[in-house]
Amino acid sequence: MTDQRVHFYQVGSFAVGNRLLSPDDRTVQSQRDRTNSIDSGHRACQGCGEALGARYALDAAMRATNGRVVAVNATGCLEVFSTPYPETSWRIPWLHSLFGNAPAVATGVAAALRVKGKGDVRVVAQAGDGGTVDIGFGALSGMFERNDDVLFICYDNEGYMNTGVQRSAATPPAARTATTDAVGPEPGNIFGTGKDLPRIAMAHDIPYVATATVADLHDLERKVERAMAMHGARYLHVLVPCPLGWGSASNDTIHIARLAKESGLFPVFEAEHGKVTSVSTIRRRVPVEQYLSLQRRYGHLFGSNARPDIVARIQAIADENIARYALIDDATESQEMSA
Amino acid sequence: MLRQIEGSRAIAETVALCRPEVVCAYPISPQTHIIEAVGAMVKSGVLTSCEFINVESEFAAMSVAIGASATGARSYTATASQGLLFMVEAVFNASGLGLPIVMTLANRAIGAPINIWNDHSDAMAVRDAGWIQLFAETNQEAADLHVQAFKLAEELSVPVMVCVDGFILTHAVEGVDILDQASVDSFLPPYEPRQVLDVDEPVSIGAMVGPEAFEEVRYLAYLRQRDALERIPEIARTFNDLTGRDSGGLIRTYRTDDAEIVVVALGSVLGTIKDAVDIRRDLGERIGVVGITTFRPFPSEAVRSALANARQVVVLEKAFSTGFGGVLSTDVAMSLRDMDFDLRTVVAGLGGRAITRRSIEEMLEKAQHDDLESLTFLDLDQGAVERERERMRTVRRSGPSAENLLRDRTADLSKAVRRGA
Repeated sequence: MTDQRVHFYQVGSFAVGNRLLSPDDRTVQSQRDRTNSIDSGHRACQGCGEALGARYALDAAMRATNGRVVAVNATGCLEVFSTPYPETSWRIPWLHSLFGNAPAVATGVAAALRVKGKGDVRVVAQAGDGGTVDIGFGALSGMFERNDDVLFICYDNEGYMNTGVQRSAATPPAARTATTDAVGPEPGNIFGTGKDLPRIAMAHDIPYVATATVADLHDLERKVERAMAMHGARYLHVLVPCPLGWGSASNDTIHIARLAKESGLFPVFEAEHGKVTSVSTIRRRVPVEQYLSLQRRYGHLFGSNARPDIVARIQAIADENIARYALIDDATESQEMSA
Repeated sequence: MLRQIEGSRAIAETVALCRPEVVCAYPISPQTHIIEAVGAMVKSGVLTSCEFINVESEFAAMSVAIGASATGARSYTATASQGLLFMVEAVFNASGLGLPIVMTLANRAIGAPINIWNDHSDAMAVRDAGWIQLFAETNQEAADLHVQAFKLAEELSVPVMVCVDGFILTHAVEGVDILDQASVDSFLPPYEPRQVLDVDEPVSIGAMVGPEAFEEVRYLAYLRQRDALERIPEIARTFNDLTGRDSGGLIRTYRTDDAEIVVVALGSVLGTIKDAVDIRRDLGERIGVVGITTFRPFPSEAVRSALANARQVVVLEKAFSTGFGGVLSTDVAMSLRDMDFDLRTVVAGLGGRAITRRSIEEMLEKAQHDDLESLTFLDLDQGAVERERERMRTVRRSGPSAENLLRDRTADLSKAVRRGA
C-alpha cells in the first residue's frame, strides 16, 4: 500500500475536513452506523437549515443514548416535510400531537417510560420558534419548571415559515414578514419586541441551556451529547436559516448562520443551572451588514432607499450581545484592531 | 366494602384500583377532591407504579395524557367546565389518535358569567369530540363507571369521559361500595396498546392525512363508537356478574312499561325525577323515566324502543344550544324521527339552580294537561328577564346584564325583608 498524502481543503471557514480529525472527533454523519433518524426523501426546501439541524441533532442524540430515543414533534415545517402518511422520514419512534403542546406530550412520554421501567429510553421534543416561544411557551415553561426529563430543541428560523412567513416572537427587528411588511417609517418588525428564549430558559434554573447554529455542526452535536448525558429539563436553541422565509440563497444557509454568530447577533453559548458556562467567541468579527445584506427580508435597509439608521440599531443589538456574553476575548479584539 | 364516603373520594379510590400509570391534573372546582385524593395515594405509596404530575394547565394535562398513552401507559385525568374548554384541542386530538385515556368530567357550567356550579354545558360542548361519554346517576355508579371506562377505552382504543355532576355528586357523602383490588384486576386486564412508541419497533404516530383517506379515518372512528354500543351493555353485564350491581349500560328505564309520558334525562337529576314520578303515579298518572347513561355513542335504538309507546316525551336538560334549544332533545327526536309523538324540552338546573321535586311535579302536571310549551326554562324568573329587556330597550349603556339581574334581585329581597319587618 502506498502512502497517501493528506490534503487540506479550503472551505472558506476555520473548519477542517472531517477526515483530518481523529475518528472519535468526527461527526456522527461520517459514521457508517449513523442512524439516519430523519432519512432522505423528505420534502424540505433546498438549503433548509431546520432539516440539517434536526438530522445532526437527532443522530447525535441517538449515538449518545445507544439508539434509544423517542421524538415528540410540534406542528410545523419539520412535522410537515418529514411526513405525511404513509410516508415518513422518521426511523425513530415519533409522535406528533398538536402545535402548542409538544413539551407536555414529551413530559407524558417521559413519565410513561419511567413508570414502565424504560428509563434508558430518552425523550427529545422539537419545535420551531413559533411552537416554542409563542404557542408552546406555557407548556414549555411548565416542563422546565417541573424539570421533566426532556431535551427540548427549538429550531429557530425566526418566523412562521410553514404558514407562509408570518412574524413570531422570535422574528428580529426590521425583518420583513408577511405580517410585518417593509413599509412605513419603521419598515419590518418593530424594535423592542420579541422573546429571548434561551435567557428565559436559564431563568428556570434548569440543568442545561445551550444555543447553536447549523454553521458549526460539530458544536451542535457536542451540545446534544452533553445534554443527553444529563437528566432533567434541557433546552437547545438552534438557529436554522430559512432560504424561503429569509429570502436567501439556498447555498448560503451555513454561511448566513456563521455570519449570525460572527456578527454577534446570535450568541452561541452554554449555561448550566442558570449560569453561562461557556461561550463560542467570535473568531472574525463582521459588521451586521454582511449578515443582513444576504437576506431579502432586510432588503429594504439597503439599495436606493437605504436605512443606515436602522442598520445601526441592529448593530447596537449585536454589540450588546457581544458585551453581555463576552463574545470577543481581548486577544481576538486586539488582533482584529491591528488587521 | 360499603362505606360512607364523598363521591370524589370514591372515584379517586376506584381509579387507583384501576392501576393508572400516569395521572396528570390541573385543579378546577369541582374536580379538585378527586385529583387531590389520587395525588395523596401516589405520594403515600398506596398507589404504586404511578406517576402523578401537577401540570400548568388543562391543555397540558390532556397533552401529558396523550404522550403517556402513546407510550403504552394507562393514563387518567380529570377536569370540569372551563378546564375542559381549555384542553379541547387536545381532547379532539386524543380521540383522533385513538388513545384510550379516561377522564372524569365533574360537570359544571361554562362562563361567562363565571359560575362554578353544576350543569351539563361542558359535556355537551364536546359531544362531537370523538369521546365516549358516560353519565353517572349516583356516586356508586360514578365509581363503577370508571372501572368499566378503562376496559371499554382500552378494548376499543377510544377515550372515555365519565361525566359526574359537580358538587351534587362529587361533594356528596353517601354509601358507596368500593371494589377490592382482586375484583378490579379480574375485570380489567393490563393495557395492551394497539400503537406504541417503542425504540425496538419505531412508528410515526400523528402524521398528516390528506383528503384521500381522512374520511375513512373518521368513518373508522364512527364504527368504533358503533362497536361501543354493543360492548357497553356486555361490559355492564360482566360487571353485574362480578358485583351484582346495575351500573353502566346504555339507558335505564323506570316505570316506562305503560307510560304515556316519559321523561328523558341525564345524571343525578334522575333520582329527583323518579321521586316525582312515584308521587304522580300514586295519583294514577302513567309516567315513566328514561335515564341516558351512554350519551356518546347515542343509543338511538334503545331510546327508540324505550319510548315506543309514549304519547309525550319530555326531555329535561341541564344545557341548551343558545341559538336553538335542546341538545339531548335533538338526539332523542332523531331517534324517534318517523314515530308519532310530542316532544317537549325543559331546560333546568343551569348554573346549579336546584331542580326541586316540586318543580318537576309542576312540570309533569303541565305535561299531563298538554300544557307544556315546546321549550320551557324551569323556574325561570320571567319578571327579572322582562325588567332587563326593558332596560336594554331604553338605555344604550345598560351595563352588564348579570349585574343588573342580581341588583334587582337584591332590591327585591330587601323590599321583602322591610315588608316582613
